[in-house]
Amino acid sequence: MIFGQLADIVNDHELTLIDIADTNNLVNELNKRFPALTQARYVMAVDKQTITTNTNLKDGSTVALLPPFSGG
Amino acid sequence: MKENKIYDRYQRQIILPEFGEEGQQKLLNAKVLVIGAGGLGCPALQYLAAAGVGTLGIVDDDTVALNNLHRQVLYSVGDIGLSKAERAAEILSQLNPDINIIAFKERLTVENAMEIMQSFDIIIDGTDNFSTRYMINDACVLLGKPLVYAAISQFEGQVAVFCPHPLKGGSGSGVNYRDLFPEPPKDDEVLNCAEAGVLGILPGIIGTMQASETIKLITGIGTPLINSMWTYNALSNEVYQLKLSAKAQTRSLIPADEDAFKQMNYEWLCASTPTSFEIDSDKFDELLETGGIDIIDVRELHETPEVDEFDHRRIPMQQVETVARDLKSDTIVVFCQTGKRSKQAATLLSGIFGSSKKVYSLSGGIVNWKNQHTA
Repeated sequence: MIFGQLADIVNDHELTLIDIADTNNLVNELNKRFPALTQARYVMAVDKQTITTNTNLKDGSTVALLPPFSGG
Repeated sequence: MKENKIYDRYQRQIILPEFGEEGQQKLLNAKVLVIGAGGLGCPALQYLAAAGVGTLGIVDDDTVALNNLHRQVLYSVGDIGLSKAERAAEILSQLNPDINIIAFKERLTVENAMEIMQSFDIIIDGTDNFSTRYMINDACVLLGKPLVYAAISQFEGQVAVFCPHPLKGGSGSGVNYRDLFPEPPKDDEVLNCAEAGVLGILPGIIGTMQASETIKLITGIGTPLINSMWTYNALSNEVYQLKLSAKAQTRSLIPADEDAFKQMNYEWLCASTPTSFEIDSDKFDELLETGGIDIIDVRELHETPEVDEFDHRRIPMQQVETVARDLKSDTIVVFCQTGKRSKQAATLLSGIFGSSKKVYSLSGGIVNWKNQHTA
């Protein structure tokens, strides 16, 4: 799940990837497909919990990429 | 008599069994500080005042503008040009004259933040820029105050409650904003509402959520979003709630104590990377043509070549900071001989003005510009 203006980079609010072992691999894959993501700032959550280190992904895991918002 | 009036005003929430007279008394005893009386602050303030939060503080140094009115619903056309903090305080005291409302018509800075925040129980972040958001987060961690955070962009909003210390009788390992986003993004990295736009109703929904979370925190009812973040998309109606994890290294990013906090320069942390304020001669010519800009020569007064091709002011580098406040235009271009000093001046000015003004440095300096125009 892709939030905020990250969705403009990925061109969608959701995308499905298969055979990704962990979040490091996922980041590499996303950066390869969407180079602008390399520059983007976001926090990653796996199955609705933000992660602090590389995290294994199971079949059907949902990963969310949330950018910071400044507006008020 | 007074007791009856109080009962009458709040009767519909007092009859809620979970809330009761006890809940009302807790609200009346509570002191809540709302920083930013804008899109988020207006609805949050309105509901907190209506609900009977006994003391409300409002911090905002800004004045009401016409393009605020589509989302900053406390204000009317007649308020344009007036102080938001003062107008909000007046409007809210008409809504509820029984509560104490304090207007701080000033910008929150490292010098005044701790002093202002100290006397409140809960802090609500309704600001519109990263430098103030990080400042508020760090101050709340140092003061041990719960922070009801929210931020918006275009059609999406985020709400979270950061409690640096566990609430009475509760748990909470004290996740704060820096556990999510350790370092502030640069000003030009994430678009703000002025640049990216925002649907007027969105801060209404999100600011109201902040009021709701605040009331839950004060009265102890329900489950506030402690260590959780709630996100909302107004277009898809999608709601997503996630649990937040603390990071071991976060504490090291926050100033150690109040003295270290006062030494922080949050605006610099968010200032755009130096190259991004640089403009070339063509872009400069475009700005000249558009007009309405302040142009400053930061060279020493004796330096040549002299510039008579366009209006400008000569303010040597050393004096830039002191005269900065006199600059009225929304766009400032600084130049020097080669573009090096003006880059420093642009960083400095951008630190002073944050996102309120656009500051550019003429790349290659006036020497390069003149060369291009004589060729």
